[in-house]
Amino acid sequence: MDKDLQPRFEWLLRMGDTSLILAQRLGEWCGKGPALEEDMALTNTALDLLGQARLWLAYACEVEGAERDEDQLAFLRDSREFRNVLLVERPNSNYAHTLMRQFYFDAWHHLALRELEESADPRIGEIASKAVKEATYHLRRSSDLVVRLGDGTRQSHDMVQSAADSLWTYTGELFRNDEIDAPLAAEGIVFEPASLHERWSSYVNAVFAAATLQTPPSNTYMQLGGKQGVHSEHLGYLLAEMQVLQRTHQGAKW
Amino acid sequence: MKAEWPLWEIFIRSQHGLAHKHVGSLHAPDAEMAISNARDVYTRRNEGVSLWVVRSSEIVASSPDEKAALFDPARDKVYRHPTFFPIPEEVKNI
Repeated sequence: MDKDLQPRFEWLLRMGDTSLILAQRLGEWCGKGPALEEDMALTNTALDLLGQARLWLAYACEVEGAERDEDQLAFLRDSREFRNVLLVERPNSNYAHTLMRQFYFDAWHHLALRELEESADPRIGEIASKAVKEATYHLRRSSDLVVRLGDGTRQSHDMVQSAADSLWTYTGELFRNDEIDAPLAAEGIVFEPASLHERWSSYVNAVFAAATLQTPPSNTYMQLGGKQGVHSEHLGYLLAEMQVLQRTHQGAKW
Repeated sequence: MKAEWPLWEIFIRSQHGLAHKHVGSLHAPDAEMAISNARDVYTRRNEGVSLWVVRSSEIVASSPDEKAALFDPARDKVYRHPTFFPIPEEVKNI
């Protein structure tokens, strides 16, 4: 791969892996949702994200120019080679937790895709234009549920607040600039992560206010490393389950 | 939890359809969520462009006991079908 293309390849892995890992996490709810309707809504979201992951990773393969396709990227890399943010690999825990993880992500994802629609790389712009419609619905749904459960019963409020607090430390990574984004942002190909933070915060604050939730303190220590390939133990278990078929029967197809 | 959610009847207008058609039912705590749930449960395969949701309890149904009195009289009145008139080609959707 051309050295100039390395940041773009890395950046595409970050986008693709983040969608892929969250899709896998949501897929774990399949057949176990708290109601049939919620079960289907969550797995629809999972499939939307899986479709987006495929587009980002397929483009990553083209940029890389090596002899591998998006399936090989998804199923034959190890944890250290994944570039997803830490937030999306957090375990599902209870439904409030799953929902809050989704809300933090959707609020970022929607902003990110809207920026990417204007990318100087037309291919990135096209993928973003397709994905942003799905993300708009995801955000509407997760925001609505956060308000309903936050402003619901005492129990639902406490569960959602506790999820908001414990996942907060994983939100900072979404807005951290590094040497991968910098050259791409300078060319107008991608946004600078930090540039989304203010809009994200004001959106989250507005939804939390409507949900009678407290926004966790802004000086919280933020966990970093996912985008550089340094993951929590949880990703290893997730990958073991997601990759077992291709690892056992390499190249197996439907 | 689900036992407390009321039942809703779902109607979808398809891409080229003219009227909303009943497709099934689902549970939801209120109308807004019934629309969301209907979108997620019933329009996953590009089925429609518009959704209606109606509380099942709001639907008034005819009684099966009255079936004979209500519907049998129409069975032998073939002259009520507009099949005895030629319909011009330009007239659509009759």
